[in-house]
Amino acid sequence: MLTLAIETSCDETSVAVLRDGREVLSNIISSQIEIHRKFGGVVPEVASRKHIESINQIVQESLDAANVKFDDIDLIGVTQGPGLVGALLIGISTAKAIAYGLELPIVGVNHIEGHVCANYIEHKGLEPPFTGLIVAGCHTYLVQVKGYTEYEIIGRTRDDAAGEAFDKVARALGLPYPGGPVIDKLSQKGDKEAIAFPRVMLEPKSYDFSFSGLKTAVLNYLNQAKQKGDEIIIEDVAASFQQAVLDVLVEKSFRLAKESKMDKIVLAGGVAANQGLRNMMEQRGLEEGIKIFYPSKILCTDNAAMIGSAAYYNYRAGKVDDLYLNVVPNLGFN
Amino acid sequence: MKILALDTSTMMASCAVMDENKVLGEYSLNQEATHSEKLVPMIKEILDSLNLKVKDIDVYGVALGPGSFTGLRIGVSTVKTMAHLFDKPVVGVSTLEALAYNLPFNEIVVPMIDARRERVYTGIYTWKNGKLNTLMKPDVLNIRDLLEILKSYENVVVNGDGVKLHEDLIKDALQHKVQISTMGNGYCRATSIGEITYIKYKLGETMNYYTLVPEYLRESQAQRDLKEKE
Ligand SMILES: [Zn+2]
Repeated sequence: MLTLAIETSCDETSVAVLRDGREVLSNIISSQIEIHRKFGGVVPEVASRKHIESINQIVQESLDAANVKFDDIDLIGVTQGPGLVGALLIGISTAKAIAYGLELPIVGVNHIEGHVCANYIEHKGLEPPFTGLIVAGCHTYLVQVKGYTEYEIIGRTRDDAAGEAFDKVARALGLPYPGGPVIDKLSQKGDKEAIAFPRVMLEPKSYDFSFSGLKTAVLNYLNQAKQKGDEIIIEDVAASFQQAVLDVLVEKSFRLAKESKMDKIVLAGGVAANQGLRNMMEQRGLEEGIKIFYPSKILCTDNAAMIGSAAYYNYRAGKVDDLYLNVVPNLGFN
Repeated sequence: MKILALDTSTMMASCAVMDENKVLGEYSLNQEATHSEKLVPMIKEILDSLNLKVKDIDVYGVALGPGSFTGLRIGVSTVKTMAHLFDKPVVGVSTLEALAYNLPFNEIVVPMIDARRERVYTGIYTWKNGKLNTLMKPDVLNIRDLLEILKSYENVVVNGDGVKLHEDLIKDALQHKVQISTMGNGYCRATSIGEITYIKYKLGETMNYYTLVPEYLRESQAQRDLKEKE
């Protein structure tokens, strides 16, 4: 079964072709990052305009790269949400036109679920159940993945998502957008114990996250240092901040996995590309006898292949949408 | 030769199927923010009624704007992709020109599309020997500034969703010199897009589905702010 998938939830226009849920024949990603950098973040109207300019070219490139034609496609998958409404609309309008024109089934996909499914593409033998840590730009979730389309949300962020905290701290440090990769890089050169930022664990039993206190602590530290005229070592601030985020993510993930006797933890989302997080998870995994999975960096970013994988598994589970399918910009996870 | 024409520039979503100069069907819905949900089902409904499929369409016509940015993108994406599927030509049509096509009379025709905050997208048109002539190119103007300009004309006909919004202002400013369109000709209609599409198609004025984009007439707020800073 060949799936054509479209992802336009934020600032990446992406189209992929997959055989079944795991074999990627093509995964074209056109990033708008350079355009949004001069605004210091993603501008929704600019993103929507860019998506419509390139979407059909990306569709064709993806078909060509997969060496298939429209006629060969069996299923259409598309991101339904969460994301920017105007950006999502381009993907969904395009997907619906294809599905109707070619009389194909269409499946609207939750973007967050897509991030988890990126791991099925990367690790051919990976099967549920497992504990999943999803850390992306605007979402942080700790979930038990019980089946290909069966998720139980155990923890979520109560305020800022981890990725959001990275972006805000990066901005305060005068670093370019997007902040995550830059902080990750600087951290490798800094002292992660230089500054004692708080680790917000919330209630003892809670699996929820809260990163806004940490963000504020970093901003306060920077302001005070400036007022006192102290030297700010950006690498140390980055490393200490990142470590504070990772300590919480790693601690809660392992606590959940052990409590539920899971032997696998799967990382997903943009922050799963963070080298510090990967290293720390693998180190702890070795100590605890838990296997760690994460997608390659390109599959951590927003891409259509992961949407295609999720669409395939949902279709197999009997989920099909009709032509009234619409975007849901603040689509929740379960 | 079958033409599928769409207009989603305003709250009115309209689609029509024409066979050269014959209207086979038109379907319009005036509902808040439902274009994304209903446009494709609307197209399916009209094509099903006519026993047609997407692959039977030879030429596509679509309103490029001005109008609601989001609405335009829904219509343009849908048309681009349907044309892409079977490699068919697309014709982009000005929404204002299409509105002026609803009123083929000898007066000065002024379509107005709501652009929010007391502004309208507008242009000034007139018919001569069966042809539409542009006296003022599409622009976004404060309604009062537009009415100042229109005071210099004797017989003005207005239509578009901006008219209802500013009806009192228009009547006050232009008095007996203005006629307001009947309701049926007051809104964007896909049959007007289709008619212009056929004319442009015969003239060879088709566009590529890869590069077709809406004509917003305005840059995004962020882009304007950035320019101001520079
Ligand atoms: Zn994402």
